[in-house]
Formats: sequence, C-alpha cells, structure tokens
Amino acid sequence: MLTRNLSKIALMALVALLAGCQGGVLDPKGQIGIQEKELIITATILMLLVVVPVILMTLYFAWKYREGRGEAYEPKWSHSTKIETIVWAIPILIIIVLGWITYKTTHELDPYKPIASDEEHITVEVVSLNWKWLFIYPDLGIATVNELAFPTNVPVEYKITSAGTMNAFFIPQLGSMIYSMAGMETKLHLIANEPGVYDGFSANYSGGGFSGMKFKAIATETKEDFQAWVDKVKASGEALTTERYEALVEPTEYHPVEYFATVKEGLFFDIIWEYMGDHGRIDYFDKPDYAAQPPAGFELLERKARESEEASQ
Amino acid sequence: MSFLGKLSWDALPYDPIVIGTLTVVAIGGAFLFALITKMKKWGWLWREWLTSVDHKRLGIMYIILAFVMLIRGFADAIMMRTQLALATNGSEGYLPPDHYDQIFTAHGVIMIIFVAMPFMTGLMNLIVPLQIGARDVAFPFLNNLSFWLAVSGALLVNISLGLGEFAKTGWVAYPPLSGLEFSPGVGVDYYIWALQISGLGTTLTGVNFLVTVLKMRTPGMKLMQMPIFTWTCTWANVLIVASFPILTAALAMLTLDRYLDFHFFTNDAGGNAMMYINLFWAWGHPEVYILVLPAFGIFSEVVSTFTGKRLFGYKSMVYASGAISILGFIVWLHHFFTMGSSASVNAFFGIMTMIIAIPTGVKLFNWLFTMYKGRIRMEVPMLWTIGFIIIFSIGGMTGVLLAVPGADYVLHNSLFLIAHFHNTIIGGAVFGYFAGFTFWFSKAMGFHLDPKWGRVSFWCWTIGFLMAFMPLYVLGFLGMTRRLNHTDNPDWNIWLYIAAAGAFVIAIGIAAQFIQLFVAFRDRNKNKDTTGDPWNGHTLEWSLASPPQFYNFAKLPHVEDIDAFTDMKEKGTAYQRHAKYEPIHMPSNTNAGPIMGALATAFGFAFVWHIWWLVAASFVGLIVAFIARSYASGKDYYVQPDEVARIENEHLDNVAKG
Amino acid sequence: MSTHAAAHHDAHHDEHHDTGRNTVFGFWIYLMTDCILFASFFATYAVLFMNTAGGASGSEIFDLKLVAGGTAALLLSSITFGFAMISAYKQNKSGTLFWLAVTFLFGAVFIGLEIYEFNHLIHAGHGPSESAFLTAFFSLVGLHGLHVTAGLIWLIILFIEVSKSGLGNQQLTRLSCLSLFWHFLDIVWICVFTVVYLMGAM
Repeated sequence: MLTRNLSKIALMALVALLAGCQGGVLDPKGQIGIQEKELIITATILMLLVVVPVILMTLYFAWKYREGRGEAYEPKWSHSTKIETIVWAIPILIIIVLGWITYKTTHELDPYKPIASDEEHITVEVVSLNWKWLFIYPDLGIATVNELAFPTNVPVEYKITSAGTMNAFFIPQLGSMIYSMAGMETKLHLIANEPGVYDGFSANYSGGGFSGMKFKAIATETKEDFQAWVDKVKASGEALTTERYEALVEPTEYHPVEYFATVKEGLFFDIIWEYMGDHGRIDYFDKPDYAAQPPAGFELLERKARESEEASQ
Repeated sequence: MSFLGKLSWDALPYDPIVIGTLTVVAIGGAFLFALITKMKKWGWLWREWLTSVDHKRLGIMYIILAFVMLIRGFADAIMMRTQLALATNGSEGYLPPDHYDQIFTAHGVIMIIFVAMPFMTGLMNLIVPLQIGARDVAFPFLNNLSFWLAVSGALLVNISLGLGEFAKTGWVAYPPLSGLEFSPGVGVDYYIWALQISGLGTTLTGVNFLVTVLKMRTPGMKLMQMPIFTWTCTWANVLIVASFPILTAALAMLTLDRYLDFHFFTNDAGGNAMMYINLFWAWGHPEVYILVLPAFGIFSEVVSTFTGKRLFGYKSMVYASGAISILGFIVWLHHFFTMGSSASVNAFFGIMTMIIAIPTGVKLFNWLFTMYKGRIRMEVPMLWTIGFIIIFSIGGMTGVLLAVPGADYVLHNSLFLIAHFHNTIIGGAVFGYFAGFTFWFSKAMGFHLDPKWGRVSFWCWTIGFLMAFMPLYVLGFLGMTRRLNHTDNPDWNIWLYIAAAGAFVIAIGIAAQFIQLFVAFRDRNKNKDTTGDPWNGHTLEWSLASPPQFYNFAKLPHVEDIDAFTDMKEKGTAYQRHAKYEPIHMPSNTNAGPIMGALATAFGFAFVWHIWWLVAASFVGLIVAFIARSYASGKDYYVQPDEVARIENEHLDNVAKG
Repeated sequence: MSTHAAAHHDAHHDEHHDTGRNTVFGFWIYLMTDCILFASFFATYAVLFMNTAGGASGSEIFDLKLVAGGTAALLLSSITFGFAMISAYKQNKSGTLFWLAVTFLFGAVFIGLEIYEFNHLIHAGHGPSESAFLTAFFSLVGLHGLHVTAGLIWLIILFIEVSKSGLGNQQLTRLSCLSLFWHFLDIVWICVFTVVYLMGAM
C-alpha cells in the first residue's frame, strides 16, 4: 500500500519532469520498464525523507550556530541517548522498508522469470559479436544482424551469449539489461506494450568499436506486421551457414543491418559449446540432439539426470 | 628475442596530442632539473627528503605525488568531457577510440590508485603517529619503501604515455577483453604492473600502520580514546590488509594468462572470466571504503574543531566505521547484478548494501549534532565539510538506489552510475582530503594557507562538481551508457555541454588551489604558525610545533581523554617545560627505499616489454637490496638531551610569545 | 653483535617502542595478508577444478605416494624448526644451527619432489596451458612452492647470520618470524594436500 501510494504521489509530482524525457529509462514502453521506473521513483522518495531533512538541517545549523550570533554554546555536550537512538532508528526504519521492497521487486523483476501473458512467448537467441548483435529466431529459422523485431504485447524470451568479449544486451525503454558472456547462456524476458522503434545497444564496454554496437528493436503494432517483417527477412535469400557465421565474427564497426532467410540449425548452441565444452558442468539445458558430442572423458550433467536426482530427494 | 624485448621505435607516440603533452612535460622537467641544479639542492633533496624515513616528510611527499597525478588524471577528464561535448550528432570529435579508450582507463586508474590513495596515505602518514603520541611508525624503512613503490607504479603509468600505450579496457580490466586475445598490446601489461607494484606498497602501509596504532600508542591512550581520524584510518588499514591481497591474486592470475598461456580467465580451455570480476570487486568494493573512511575521520576532526565542541557520539562513530568496514566485504556482487545471478542472491547483496546506509546515515546525523549548540567558525576546512554533507547525501542516496537490483537492471553501467561514484568519491573522499589538507597544512609546513583562494577553490569545485555530474544523472536516465566515444542522440547534447562546462569550472578550482599554495609559499614568512595550534585543536598533533619537531614528542604525553590536548589545556598541563630530557632513539634515513623503487620500476617496465634479462637482473637486485638493508649498520641514532631541550625551549618560547 | 651488547642496546629503549615484538607482530599481520592471497587462489581452484577442457583430471595425474613423501618431509621440517627455536631460546648456538640445517634439508626434499612432479607433468603433456584445472593446480601448488623456496633462501641467510653473530635479540626476532612463516606454510600445505590432492584423487 505504502509503495503504491508513494509511487502515485511521485508520479504526479514528476509528471512535468518526465514529459520532457523522450526515450531512456524514464520513458518506458513495456511492463518491465514501467515497473522499474516506478521502483526507482518509490525508492528515491523514500530516501528523500531522510536526505532532504539532513540537507536542510545542515544549512540551518551552519547558519544558526555560526560564530558571532551568540546562540547557545555547549562545548562539552557530546552524548544524548535519546538523539543517538533516533539517529540509529530512522535509517534502520527506512532501510527495513526499502529492504522489503527490494526483496519483493528483485523476485518480481528477475530477468530469468517468464512474463505472465495470454500470448505465447517468442524466443530470440542473441549473440554479441565484435561489434554487432546477431539475433537468431530459432522457431522461425531466420536471423538478423543489428535489427530486432517482435509484436507488441507478446513476451519475448532472450537467450544471450557472446562470441568473444563481454557485452550487455540493453533496450532502455523496455527494461532490464543482462550481460552476454562467452561459453554460457544468460536469459532475459522483456515485453513491449506500445508499438515503436526502440534503441538498443551494448551497455558494457567491449573494445574499440563499442560505440557503434547499436541496433533497433521494432515492436510491430500487430502480429501481421511482424509476419510481414519475417517475410521480408526470408525474402533476403541469404543463408547463415557456419562459414557465413565465421565471416560475421570478424570484427567490424557500425555493421549494417543484415537479414538471413535460413540459419544453420543449432548455431546458437554451437557458439556456446565452443567454450562451454571445456567446462566441467554446463548450464545450457536445451541442447539439440544433433549437436557436437562432448569430448571423451567428459561427463555431461544433463537436465534430465539432474531433475530425476532432484525428484528423488 | 631481441635485447630490448618487444620494445622498438614503433613504441614511440605519433599522436600530436601525446607529443604535445610530452613536450610540455619535458620542458617542465628540464626546467625543474635546471632549477634544482642551479640552487644546488640535489644533495639536500636526496638526504633530507627522498631517503627520509620521517613519516611527516613521507606524508608530504605522498600528497605532492597525489597533486602531480591529479593534474594528469584531470587532464584526462577534461579531454573526455570535451570529446563527448564535441562528438555529438554523429560527429567523431577529436579523440579516436584508440586514444579515447586509453584515456578513460588511465583516468580511472590514476584518480583512484595514484591520486586518492596517495592523498589518503599522505594524510594518514602525516597525522596518525602525531595523534597517538608516537615518535614514528612501527617500520620507518618499510614506510619509505611503500612510498617509492607507489611512485614506481605512478611512473609506469606515465611512461606508458610516451612508450607504447595504456590499457584500453576500462579501469576494471575485465577479461576476456583484457586477455591476450583481445588486448595483444602492452597497455594491459602497464596496467597490471602499475597496480601490482603500488598495491604491494599499499599492503605494506596497511601492516605498518596497524602495528603502529596497536602497539605504539602513548601511555594512557586506550583504544577508545584514539582520535576519530586515527580510528577511521585504522579501519581503512584493516580493509587494506584484508582486501589488497585479493587484488594481488587477481592481477597475478591475469599476468599468468597473458604471459604464460595459463587459462584462468580465457574463454577457451575452461577459463572463467566471472572469477576475475568477483575477485576484482572483492577488492574493489572495500577499496572505496579505504578511500572514504579516513575522509569521514577528517570531517569528524574538522567539525569538532571548528564548532569548538566535542564530537557528538564518538562511540557511535567508531562502531559505525567498523560496521561499514565489515559490511563493505559482503556486498561486492552489487557491481554485477546484471550477470544473471538468481533473484535471491541479488536481493541478498542488494539488502546488505543498503544496510551500509545505516551506519553512514548515523555518521551524517552525528556531524549535524556536533554542529548543534556549537560555535562554528567558517574556515575553509569547515566549508569543505558542509559541502561534503550536502553533496554526499545525494551520492549516498543514488548509491542506495543502485543497490536495488530492479533499479540497477536499467541504471547499471549508465552515466547515472558514473555520476553516483564521482558523487561519493569527489563529494566524499576528495572533499575530505581537501578539508584535511587545509586543516593540517600549517601543521605540516609551519605557515598558513591563503584562505581567500581556499574559498575560491571550494566554490569552484562545488559548483563545477554539480555542473559536471548532475547532468550525468539525467543522461543515465536518458539511457546513455558509459565509455561511449561519440553519440548521436540530440536529446543528450545539452547535458553533455553543461557537464563539459562543469569540468572547466573544476579546472578553475584546481588552479585556485595551486594559486593558494603559491601565495602561501610567497608569504610564508608573514604567515608563520608560531604556536602550532592555530585552530584551538583537540588532539595531540596540535601540542607540537609547526612543523613538528623531527622526533615528534620530547617526552611521550600521558593521555586521559579523547580530546587529549583540549584536556591538557584545560588542566593546565599543556606546554610543560621539562628540566631534563632523555636521549631519543631515531631511525636514520636510508637510500634503500628509492633504490628499491627504481629497481621495481625497472622490473615492471622489463616485464611490460618482455626484456627478460632486465626482469631477472632487477629482481635479483631487489632481493639483494632488501637483504643488504637488513644487515646495514647505522640504521638508527640518538638525539642528545641538550639538543632536545634546545628545540623544546625554542618552541615553548614561541608559544609564550604567540 | 654479542648478547651483552644487544642487552645494553635495549636498555635505551625504555621510552621507545619494543622493536622486536613489533616486528613479530607486524610479520604476523603480513602472514594474514598472505593467507588471503592463498585463499584467493584456493577459491579460484575450487571454481576451476572441474574445467578440464577434455584433458587430464586430478585423479588421472596425481601421484599420491610422491606427494605423501613431500608432505611428510614438510611436516617433519616444521618439527625440526621447532627444535631449532627451542635451542635458540636456550642460547644453544650449535644446536640451533644443526636443527636449521636439518630443516633446510627437509624443505629442500619437499621442493625437490615438487619440481620433479611439475617437470614430470609438463613432460607428460599436462602443463598449465592444457586446461583451467591445470592452470589453477600449477598456480596454487606453485605459489606455495615459491613461498617455501623463499623460506629456504631466508633459512640460508639466517644460518649464516646466526653462525656469525650468535643469538642476539635481532637474530631471535628474525628466527621467530621465519618460524611463523615456516609453520604457516605447513598449515597451508595441509589445506593444499587435502583440497587438491586427496579430494582430487578421490
């Protein structure tokens, strides 16, 4: 309740400020981003409850007790159990409230948690390359570079990895970012509730061409529009084979948008497996059947084995 | 393998900006060299300063190092801000990524490791032994060595400007970017050795000061009677000895990856880059408390001195500092909430981080209630303190916001983050060092700083800071990420312009500090601090002459109160003349420190360029020098009672006159 | 410096700090920093030990008999160092020198076996570049080995010092520091032996 009321007040108070904000995290266009914006505002207001009095008291005391004003002067006064209790209690109370909000929202906004929706989610496999983004639609069999599309109001599941350096996949107006790292898969769930073209980029510095590592995320108004986009990609005719992918890995800057009508099946897994194969455990559960066999002597802990173990416990 | 390893003519710079900078440095260096030679001061400089084991002189040299490196680090800052103000709307600006990326890496490394750390260590050296009534630190030679290791690291960073390159990885140098595959040049190697060598010096400082504080307090001084600055430095030293070895380990592993084809953090062969990130921040987060805790101590001293009061809630302050130190060790994961840890892990680290706001908030309130019913003198140190309370409150608030994982998911790595940590490190640590600098300057030098230029500096820094960093908060909200070389979002431009203008206002603030120093030196005979107690101070350092007698205390004082010197003044036991003095045992100056510093520089440089014979030679040299120092004779001497009496009487006569 | 001179020297210390005790205390704090250094390498080993990149795992390459021999030598050297310290406190110079020499021999055996093991592994193709597991293994064990080597060099220096200058306060302080260092390395080795070799071979 407190949270909700506070955020309502905050929203009204900050309407003027936010009206000026075009783009960015205070102009969210999706459920996750909206919740995160409300969280930012709530937390800020809570803290202002302490910060504003501290600042005002500082200025007031500095003025009131300055030399020459003849105010009360008690040089030996240095302890008051009452005041000390209060100065410990106030921050503790605020942090208890904020801690509770943190616990709740961290679970609600967990990037790994699928977004509840009537719509079936779309899966996009994201690979950060130097210095561009490769998006694979495993269910549609297409891929793109530096352009991403999905229908409005349809949740999207991003499976993210990197072919080399660490990056972060980020579309500020839709919400959370997540690192992309080689040899492993991270996950992110986002949704757009308003159609539009949103800026996306890498939010973790990855070398010389980093500033140009940008893409457009298109939230189409309808599913038909999205299908039209998919058809457009398919019409490009190009195939993303292993060889073509290896050419794509070569470092480039400001890479133009590219479309691939077909993708080598399991390419995303191959990219991860190149490095994950060297690890003693794997965190990638949807391994396609055809995929590379683990090296000899390597024990693969598959999900089923783990699940049966968990079930037996 | 050639005689000079990888070093060749290609290592020389071709960038006109770098050549210009080097020319200016060369001219300045030649001028300084000529000046010292002309004044025949080399011998004096070597005997009295460079080889000194006196903690007060080492403190001054640390602060000089900090100011010199501040110029370098700030030049980097101005270049970045102007680049970003020019490179808008698709323009490329004047710094290509190859150069710009080195600048932001160097800026971070220099400001944290070679400005803030030496400044903090310098003030600690200068004041802590005086506050606890000690004649020196526990290990005076190691103290000198620590200083030269810091200089050695700073030298390596500066050499990289003229020979080769610096890292292009950001100051955190995350692998795999900092690995050999993606950073084949010498930049990361310079980074590694600069940090490794200076970090070793810092570890030694931590050990040294812990022993000093725990074993060498003057008779009667209980732990809970130590001045608050000494307490916060002690907590900082606990953090140093507990966290710097982690940095040493992380850097050593990165070194092995880069030099010997090991696979700690590589993508292939099963390396795990996330381990580096964990180790780095297991050091990196305590490191920011190492910087800020002593600053908190300075503010406490300044507030209680300039309000003419006892510090409110001394015990709360000590326990709050301890709580901050301990909690500082279990929050490192908040630097990478976006790595994909589970919600429970992120929530735990987020809440632990917020808990740090409690003791910090208590400190703020305690400073406020120290001002309450005080008699505040608005001298320059007090201005820095009030500026700090206001600015740091904002920085603390944005820090707690970033500790909420749900907020961090959109604010991480953005300019909001940049604004936050500059808000705490400048508004917290650096303002504290400046407060301490103006507070203790006359104690160290024997004459006063010019207050007028001090005020100019304070206002320029404060206004410049707000102009430079408040826009970055806005830019973070607008979705601008850090380490961008150029932008093409017209909504961002205005904020980038204001931030650049703010940097120039800070530049005026820095210039005012140098003018302040110049004026103080020019008028040093007029502005003598004859009594040694210009501010009516509370603690023992003010009972000594300014600058203090080289042996500090002729007789070790007996302490009965937290505000020991105020207590003595009230009881009438201050400034006692003694009829008889004992001989005082003192450590002699040693050239082993500077020699080992030079060898360490050669060692790091040789490693950077793969000059293996020099690596071996300088390493053997280091060991031999250390052993030779251990068996050297004449490491100490005695000051005779009549000399002590002469110096003491001179000071007491001055006090009587003043 | 003779004992008499040292005692006389100390008489001047009445108002000054007790250097010897400070040195030992400072050295103890340094050992704590070293402990954290080792802890970092242990943690990294724990993270990486499964990452064998298809190469050898611990159970395939560890020769427990060899390591047990080295371990025995190191543990014995700790005991003999204890004897050296007892002799030193009794001002028994020849006894101290004898036990220091024995300690050195045991330490040298330990290092010799470790060098043999490393050399053997590298020639069998299981060098530190093979996998993250071997990287972590060589680094952790090698870090300990470097410490022991430094301890051996220090032993030689102190042996010469004691034989030349006898057992004054300075020598006793230095022997105490080395003794702390030596026992500390023993404790670290017990952890290495357990975590790396025993758990790895199982």
